[in-house]
Amino acid sequence: METKPTSLGRYVVAILFWAYVLIPLAWGVSQTLRKALLLLH
Amino acid sequence: MSGFFSKERITAGPNYNRWLIPPAALSVHLCIGQAYAFSVFNEPLTRVIGIQEALPEDWKLTTIGWIFSLAIVFLGLSAAFAGKWLEKVGPRMTMFTAACCFGGGLLISAIGVELHQIWLIYLGYGVVGGCGLGLGYVSPVSTLIKWFPDRRGMATGMAIMGFGGGAMIGSPLSVALMNFFSSDTSTGVAQTFAVMGALYFISMVIGSLAIRIPAENWKPAGWVPSEKPKKMVTQHHVHIDEALKTPQFYLLWVILCFNVTAGIGILGQASVMIQEMFKGGISPEAAAGFVGLLSLFNMAGRFIWSSASDYIGRQNTYFVFFALGALFYSLLPSLGQQGNVVLFIAASAVIMSMYGGGFATIPAYLADIFGTKFVGGIHGRLLTAWATAGILGPVLVNYIREYQIEQGMAKADAYNFTLYIMACLLVVGFICNLLMREVHPKHHLKPDTAGNGQ
Repeated sequence: METKPTSLGRYVVAILFWAYVLIPLAWGVSQTLRKALLLLH
Repeated sequence: MSGFFSKERITAGPNYNRWLIPPAALSVHLCIGQAYAFSVFNEPLTRVIGIQEALPEDWKLTTIGWIFSLAIVFLGLSAAFAGKWLEKVGPRMTMFTAACCFGGGLLISAIGVELHQIWLIYLGYGVVGGCGLGLGYVSPVSTLIKWFPDRRGMATGMAIMGFGGGAMIGSPLSVALMNFFSSDTSTGVAQTFAVMGALYFISMVIGSLAIRIPAENWKPAGWVPSEKPKKMVTQHHVHIDEALKTPQFYLLWVILCFNVTAGIGILGQASVMIQEMFKGGISPEAAAGFVGLLSLFNMAGRFIWSSASDYIGRQNTYFVFFALGALFYSLLPSLGQQGNVVLFIAASAVIMSMYGGGFATIPAYLADIFGTKFVGGIHGRLLTAWATAGILGPVLVNYIREYQIEQGMAKADAYNFTLYIMACLLVVGFICNLLMREVHPKHHLKPDTAGNGQ
């Protein structure tokens, strides 16, 4: 497999960077999902 | 300063973790995806002077509609014309330029709203912002293909999924900001443009700073390319200009154009269409929910289909898009006539997932056919198909529908003919995909020039 981060710091940076993009995306998806649930009404 | 942006400066070391590249790409795509949510500004922009309600001196909706159209046209043009420059200067410079254009475009538009000068918004969001869209769209995609030679589809799917997700962030964020800034003397649009311009600029610059390119001949550790060459996956590279001389480029152009045209045909009309086809059965709120559901499938399809293409092959993936798409488009009118809402929604959702999947899988298809070296520039030129589809799709649906209604056809039935036309377009796409072959060796880059990224 590909090279893994060799220190805890590199893991933390990778996780934080992913969280930085995924949290806003999850918020946007949840807003759209709420709208989509209106279909059930 | 140019050294900081140079390709040499961002060439990664041997131990670089390639999983840091997708979030860098997403930092850009999640921002520029806001373009698809621009319609939330349409209504507030019609009452910039009147504030509470539109006055005669306010902009008309038709005037405002040109902002988005211009942005999409300049997206296509900038992606097409900046392809060579992109390959020459590398992704950091391109992504930083995209950040300046997109963030700056929003700031110019904020001034345009404040001064009530529509030409400033056309220039800001339409021209400058549109160039930001094109550069920002293409650059991270080609970089990801180089980092993930073993999973090209999944890698491009991640970034292009971000473009779909960007609208989901941009829409509620814009509404929240406009609510926050609106007052008795302002609609809050100018302030919202300014704040979003600053936020998107920062986020896109973070992406440009984090982006890296792999060293020449880098391969993921432990990955050994198959010794037996895969069918329809080249080991060679084709130059941008040379790609335009191959029939494969034009076949892929039609494939993308018709797949997008068919998708836009349903996406742009979804809310009205479901209400008119199921008269009295679907409320406006439920129709808004239908649009939301389609957006979710559009986004998910980008990741799921492109990842699947790594296993079943690009050509087979497009066979599924076109065969299943043509079948479902043909079924939609009868599902509407039977009043089968559940199957109608399910078929539309699958169609939308394949619309998104078509966008996300095309860069990997290009890399398979033309090699990875110039895929960014070639992808940029192929995006003119998107701009064309952006005009063709709504024109086909709107004008044919209007014509049929003028001829006395019931509104609910007026969609049927356009849906069958979409199915026909997908059949043409199927044939183009069937004609796809490997590029003739005469178009391949000579080994002595393969290292030159000019």
